[in-house]
Amino acid sequence: MPWRLLKYGLKSSHDEPRFFPESRPLKSHYDVVIIGGGGHGMACAYYLAKEHGITNVAVLEQGYIGGGNTGRNTTIVRSNYLTPEGVKFYDTSLKLFEDLSDDFDLNIFYSTRGHFTLAHTDSALRTMRWRAEVNKHHGIDSEVVDRDFIAKEVPYMDLDCAGHSPVMGALYHAPGAVARHDAVAWGYARGAYNRGVEIHQRTRVTGIRTQGDKVTGVETDRGFVSCNKVVSMVAGSTPRITSMLGLDTPIEIFPLQACVSEPVKPFMDTIVVSGSLHVYVSQSSRGEMVMGASVDPSVLHSTRSSFDFVEGLTDKMIDLFPFMSRMKVMRQWAGMSDITPDFAPIMGKTPIEGFYLDAGWGTWGFKATPVSGKTMAWTLANDRNHELIEPFRLSRFTDFDLVGEKGAASVGH
Amino acid sequence: MKVFDCPVIGRRPISEFDYVGEVRKPPMDADEASWAAYVFNRQGAPGLLREWWYHRPTGRWYVMERDTLKDEVVRFIDLEEVRYDIPA
Ligand SMILES: Cc1cc2nc3c(=O)[nH]c(=O)nc-3n(C[C@H](O)[C@H](O)[C@H](O)COP(=O)(O)OP(=O)(O)OC[C@H]3O[C@@H](n4cnc5c(N)ncnc54)[C@H](O)[C@@H]3O)c2cc1C
Repeated sequence: MPWRLLKYGLKSSHDEPRFFPESRPLKSHYDVVIIGGGGHGMACAYYLAKEHGITNVAVLEQGYIGGGNTGRNTTIVRSNYLTPEGVKFYDTSLKLFEDLSDDFDLNIFYSTRGHFTLAHTDSALRTMRWRAEVNKHHGIDSEVVDRDFIAKEVPYMDLDCAGHSPVMGALYHAPGAVARHDAVAWGYARGAYNRGVEIHQRTRVTGIRTQGDKVTGVETDRGFVSCNKVVSMVAGSTPRITSMLGLDTPIEIFPLQACVSEPVKPFMDTIVVSGSLHVYVSQSSRGEMVMGASVDPSVLHSTRSSFDFVEGLTDKMIDLFPFMSRMKVMRQWAGMSDITPDFAPIMGKTPIEGFYLDAGWGTWGFKATPVSGKTMAWTLANDRNHELIEPFRLSRFTDFDLVGEKGAASVGH
Repeated sequence: MKVFDCPVIGRRPISEFDYVGEVRKPPMDADEASWAAYVFNRQGAPGLLREWWYHRPTGRWYVMERDTLKDEVVRFIDLEEVRYDIPA
């Protein structure tokens, strides 16, 4: 339990210190510049300082910390992926997540819920069995369950789905969890800052300088800073950064939308995903139903949200949970998802010396925040891809060595 | 609802169309790296993008040029413009 709860719980008031200071001038040189102050950028800064003693580091964030996809996601954390590479990677992250509140001395509201991926067709059930076997082989708690089991755990769901597409079974992943996304970014940021890392909000990278094939620094809207290494951790803005270097990648940007209902009393303690209906839902600790779907149909660099999304989502949601027809949607929003053709991330070294990528997080990168930070910090410190991210290297596309994760990542988040 | 103002079939809701993605031209006679780039890489950054859309009710294919920052169709493209010959 975080000690602060005990320390301050009984006092009537205390001054909450700022997590990080107001802006200050940029230095002329850093060993490492991290572009993007989302969860990934902050986690990378934290582990660089904590595990590798590299503290001459600046995180440059064009807006505010966690204002990108980190603060927009539906916070599902799970490790029941389809490929052995993915399972190992995400499970390392899940284990890191479980200890984060203590590491940070900040409550990230990590809440283990149990995660159901519903199968409405034979082929979906086949993929579930495949995933369960891969998962179990890697020691992950994951199994295919029948309708009776689901009915017991999610009693308020219409398993016949209004007769349209009855649920046949599900993949059940007991460790599936949700967490408070902002707190994850803030906890990492404070930990990094306390170890000497500089965090500059409202500082946009506008160019990357190179000499030959080597990075020498970054241009920002606050001037030039020289550096030895640059890592891009900007999720939905990745192609804007890579195009500064003329580096082509398979990443395309699609908006991903979500919404929450008005808050109601807690009744749902599980996470329910339907790949066939393209919807998912969990209940937040504030009582809102947090709902999402798959990405918008076409490329778009925008965080606008649309009525089409809510209409399509609620249509399906009411089939599963008929009583929700009486609930109001309270808020909706969108983030820009950086999607790859194989639904796996792109991480590590690039053909440009000193330029590193952490991208392709699409609709599934929140759960990867701790492990990405940790493995990218290792990769920067050693100038070599960490073994866990080697399968996700950019060159997998020219090596024709893809990591087909679509069956587990496209709607499941 | 978003509507496309199509020169052939008039104003139609976007929900009648399938998005098929960026128009790309295969390199034909090229090494593996160029083929990999053709198959996987995409324009990615915001700007004008030429893309295929399929109109389901009429079974017709269209190429539109769209501003992917503002989500505005700039023009419908004559298919002759994107046509290429396949080597015999
Ligand atoms: C609606 C929605 C639901 C999701 N649900 C889930 C889920 O349930 N589970 C899950 O695991 N994942 C989920 N995701 C995906 C997840 O949110 C992201 O993959 C993850 O948060 C990416 O984190 P990040 O730190 O890499 O990027 P971000 O949090 O997007 O941070 C990138 C930062 O870079 C900054 N930046 C960009 N360009 C520049 C520049 N030129 N200079 C300086 N700064 C710049 C941006 O302002 C931004 O703050 C969801 C995403 C969305 C949109």
